[in-house]
Amino acid sequence: MIYKVIEKNEFKKLINGIISQNETFGPKEVDRRQDGTVVYQFKEVNSFDEMDLDYTVTYSSVKNFFLPFREELSRFKFSDNDWEQGIEYRVNPRAIVGVRACDINALNILDRILIEGTYPSPYYLARRKNTFLVGMDHEPLPDCFCQSLRQDTVHRGFNLFCTDIGDRYYLTIMSSKAFQFLKNVNVSDPTKDDDVKFLERRKFIKSKFKAKVDVTALPSVLDIEFKSPVWTKWGDMCLNCGTCAMVCPTCYCYGMEESIDVDLKSSHKERVQYSCNLVDFAQVAGGHNFRPLREDRLKYRFYHHYRGFAQNAEDPICVGCNRCGRACLPGINPKQVIDELQMES
Amino acid sequence: MVYRIPKQDINTEPFMARPPDYNRKGVVMRTDKVYKAEIINIVALTPLEKLFRLKILDDVERQIFEFRPGQFVMLEVPGFGEVPLSITSSSNNKEYMELCVRKAGRTTNVLHQARQGAKVGIRGPFGTSFPMEEMAGCNILLVAGGLGLAPLRAPIYWVSEHRDEYKDVYVLFGAKDPSQMLFTYQYEEWTKVNHMELLTIVEKGDAQWKGKTGMITELFKDVAIDPDNTYAIVCGPPVMFKFVCHHLDGIGIPMNRMYVSLERRMHCGMGKCCRCMVGSTFTCVDGPVFDYWSVLNLKEAI
Repeated sequence: MIYKVIEKNEFKKLINGIISQNETFGPKEVDRRQDGTVVYQFKEVNSFDEMDLDYTVTYSSVKNFFLPFREELSRFKFSDNDWEQGIEYRVNPRAIVGVRACDINALNILDRILIEGTYPSPYYLARRKNTFLVGMDHEPLPDCFCQSLRQDTVHRGFNLFCTDIGDRYYLTIMSSKAFQFLKNVNVSDPTKDDDVKFLERRKFIKSKFKAKVDVTALPSVLDIEFKSPVWTKWGDMCLNCGTCAMVCPTCYCYGMEESIDVDLKSSHKERVQYSCNLVDFAQVAGGHNFRPLREDRLKYRFYHHYRGFAQNAEDPICVGCNRCGRACLPGINPKQVIDELQMES
Repeated sequence: MVYRIPKQDINTEPFMARPPDYNRKGVVMRTDKVYKAEIINIVALTPLEKLFRLKILDDVERQIFEFRPGQFVMLEVPGFGEVPLSITSSSNNKEYMELCVRKAGRTTNVLHQARQGAKVGIRGPFGTSFPMEEMAGCNILLVAGGLGLAPLRAPIYWVSEHRDEYKDVYVLFGAKDPSQMLFTYQYEEWTKVNHMELLTIVEKGDAQWKGKTGMITELFKDVAIDPDNTYAIVCGPPVMFKFVCHHLDGIGIPMNRMYVSLERRMHCGMGKCCRCMVGSTFTCVDGPVFDYWSVLNLKEAI
């Protein structure tokens, strides 16, 4: 890794340069809630000033740029009694600015599953390779618990990462593309003083975490508490809406949909983001549902997130951003569920 | 153009960080692009089940398509959907493969209307297989309920082709009623030519039925096997597994010699869509063939 320090106005010049020549996305205010808090989302931006880089958290995660809600996987062209299949993995280059550490860590977890797994996904890889990620650290919200899952700092999976050290940014450069871009602006090597400021900033962020979740031995706890009344309690609250999976930065489960085009000469096959809380998630043809109860489905979401699957080396895939807890309509909160499982409350 | 992010086209460049490990899965697989295959024969087995014989059209693709008994393919009906189906023909057969399909959902309903000569797509093969080589020198007990006979037909073919390597082979098959018996035209071949012991039972007989009636576990009374030297393969509806595996466990067949083939909803076959998760793993990658010990370790597997 190469480290540099950049003045904030030079950083603005860099980002404006990237924006002028590439499709760029950044955090923007999209709405306000009744209590006055702002709703942020990653939206396309045309200049640096349009972005709210001091944003708290975006409602949806950056995952949606890599695993869109709806994505065409292949296309069939029909001709008399025959068909041809066409597949393309084309994505245009783009940049996303202001991504938080937990979101980048979530992408790293997805990389492990979707690129390094037995069957790599070229659709995801094309998006990942063509996206320029500029990360940025931030003060955690009171309910962020990424520190408990050790996802509060990030060391790979981005092009450029900015740590705010007062009037300047301390840059972590992880790709030759980013290094190339930085040649066009004034950067300097960090001095001893900058290094100290960097460490102080880290300590400051660390001290800001309030929510703590005990993940010690959580895989075995989940196995042992498989029939726990905790699941019935929270399962009875669940509305099966699937919101948690949509805002989650690591939920990648999907369904396949195929439909014939209006001209009846072709058809397309689409990957649609799905949620394991939806009723028919595990229902097979013929009507048998392997997980008919709400508590079964809610339990499996927690199982996947905190026990992990063999496909991702049995590691938990949750990064602790608490987006699902904030978005959940009946108020199912991962922290409370885990606390109850660990018999902390 | 100093800030232009260079485009990386993964259609043209090799995209895998490291080559995937195919050894466990079978030799060649397709993940996104399908093999085009033609339906060369259709056999109506029962009012609900049809046997489709498929031939991969491209000569090279047909030769490299290899599978092991127990593996499955994703069958694509362009425009309608994709379904996971166990290959039910001999793994030695390089000319065609057979798939037994029950009319149960949207895609299989369309497939049942297909006529000879129709072209479908195939992805795969996927999943784990029965360790047929490991079973050499032992007795084999194949227990099937209903449509569960379809995935067991591949190991039955394997045993027939290597009959001298195995000792006593029992095929236990239970169906709801006599009209739902599958592959009846092959029973004589299995018993007389391949010297397997075939025992059948139905839950509810009709006027013509002269065989046994009852649950499949009834058949175990007629099977005398040495549990220390026997492998069992079980496939059937979810309720059947519990009773059969419990019974086999009771007569002393070691857990790691009992194999089951599980059914789950699947959308990808590659461990990506998560629809087929059981416990902490996926039926499509670590299954569909599991030994009983693994099944006991997985939550809600059977």
